[in-house]
Amino acid sequence: MTETTPTTSLPLPVRVGHQRRWQVLPIIEIVVLAIAVLLPFVLKDYLTIYATRVLILCLFALSFDLVWGYAGIMSFGQAVFFGTAGYGVALIARDLGVTSILLVLPAGLLIGFAFALLLGGFLLLGRHPSSVIFVSLGTLTGSYAADRVARGWYYLGGQNGIPSIPPMSLGSYDITEGPVYYYMTLGILLAVYLLCRFLVRSQFGLALAGLRENEQRIAFFGYQVQRLKAIIFSFAGAVAGLAGSLYAFHEGFVWPNMLGVVISTQVVLYVLFGGSGTLIGAVIGTVAIEAVSFWLSNSYQDIWPIILGVLLLLVILFRPAGLISLILSERERVGNFGRLPEEGDRGSS
Amino acid sequence: MALLEARGLIKIFGKLTALNGADLTVAENEFHGLIGPNGSGKSTLMKCVAGAEIPTSGTVTFGGRDISQASPAERARAGMSLKFQITSVLPALTLYDNILLALQAQCSLPSLVFSRSRGVLHDRAMAMLEQFRLVDRAAEPASALSHGQQQWLEIAMALAPEPKLLLLDEPTGGMSLEERRVTGELLQPIKKKCSLVIVEHDLDFIRDICDRLTVLDQGSVLDCGSVAHIQSSARVQEVYLRRA
Repeated sequence: MTETTPTTSLPLPVRVGHQRRWQVLPIIEIVVLAIAVLLPFVLKDYLTIYATRVLILCLFALSFDLVWGYAGIMSFGQAVFFGTAGYGVALIARDLGVTSILLVLPAGLLIGFAFALLLGGFLLLGRHPSSVIFVSLGTLTGSYAADRVARGWYYLGGQNGIPSIPPMSLGSYDITEGPVYYYMTLGILLAVYLLCRFLVRSQFGLALAGLRENEQRIAFFGYQVQRLKAIIFSFAGAVAGLAGSLYAFHEGFVWPNMLGVVISTQVVLYVLFGGSGTLIGAVIGTVAIEAVSFWLSNSYQDIWPIILGVLLLLVILFRPAGLISLILSERERVGNFGRLPEEGDRGSS
Repeated sequence: MALLEARGLIKIFGKLTALNGADLTVAENEFHGLIGPNGSGKSTLMKCVAGAEIPTSGTVTFGGRDISQASPAERARAGMSLKFQITSVLPALTLYDNILLALQAQCSLPSLVFSRSRGVLHDRAMAMLEQFRLVDRAAEPASALSHGQQQWLEIAMALAPEPKLLLLDEPTGGMSLEERRVTGELLQPIKKKCSLVIVEHDLDFIRDICDRLTVLDQGSVLDCGSVAHIQSSARVQEVYLRRA
């Protein structure tokens, strides 16, 4: 028999993971960013406020894309983390009089993280891996229960929520809705996007891809799949919490719908419409649905939800990988993982 | 001391007794074949050893440690590696990433997040692909491979973490004669590195590569010994003739 002896340092017949071919994804990302930067210059004031709300929802959509698009965890309860963080910062502002951006945004992030850790710990950290159905129904129930609790709790304002939240501040400067809030939100969205991108393109991202593709297989490699899921679920909860706290200060009030099933489902649609597992798909999906809703609600006041529903159905039926799949190849969507050190560095790291 | 010892394994699914007190002993660097007619309990025994199934009763010790109740991940971390009967490579990922995924399983979380081990593992990933004659296709998705090549990739994935014990469940299933011959060639060099338990229907293939065989019938061990011993066993011949 012929014995093949592996060499210790092989020449690379292919530049694995670092092909120098044309990449579409960075171009899409730069175009989207450029449009976002220029938008307030062409929009009227009320539309800048609307665009800010959409940017916050994009941040929220990133949190769902992380759990579903990258780790294969179907969460129908992302609004729990969005809403609890919104309520949390509203209470901090109302009861403690604290509105400093340096305190309320980290607080919102931590609240989202803590609630996701609690719910994720319960749903994901069993001895055996949880089924998709169990996690979907568990998160859905969590969202419904949170909504009902908020509606029935007088301290949280009951059905009316908490109105008249004072604006977020930086020193003596109040950050009110308008271009300043818009650019601040855009900056936060960009930072979180880059952080998520770093994470999903790292070796940790490869582990997440394994989780999404075949959870049982990677458990037999030695991965602690439940722990991996809980980590990404909690991280995504923190992102949703950040979005929720931005939303609360932008709108000036919080109400039980922020925790409920409708907004939890809405974020699923944003990501499925744009294309899951790409990050930019979540952003494009959110912008597309919100823009079309805005336009339809002006032009077809009575039937716009029906038109929107049919449109969503058509995209999900005929482009299951979302709008982004019209221009992005499957190979580029899956991407590569981790930075390959230069030849001289290899083996020394 | 044996590397793997399974004693008195019983596995009951509802009214079906798949294993009925089966034993299995594998020494270090031994190639051990599990054979038997369809439904004799070979795959169930393999799953009980790998942790895919927890036996109803009986014990499994690995390297002197009782792992009967351990999860698949704990067994993998102890040095056990499994290739499933149904090919389960990750089709959307490249061949290289499939191997890297297997290699990095025991890296710490910070190491994965900051991709610190990629440089160290790169050479090992390429060496595995080279060894299994897949290096030229490293950047292609696994879905582009033929069935036989996917089987090789999965064996390479199972071998990549340098396990002490490799469990192969029907590695040549669905392969052509030529692919089976090459698979035998590919498996031969690993004898210096680890032990092997292999479930296989192709008796010629298993006879060529195994040191010892365990024959199962109706969930129990019918006979166990060297290849020559099994070939001359009247009990084994009777079972195979009865089922033929």
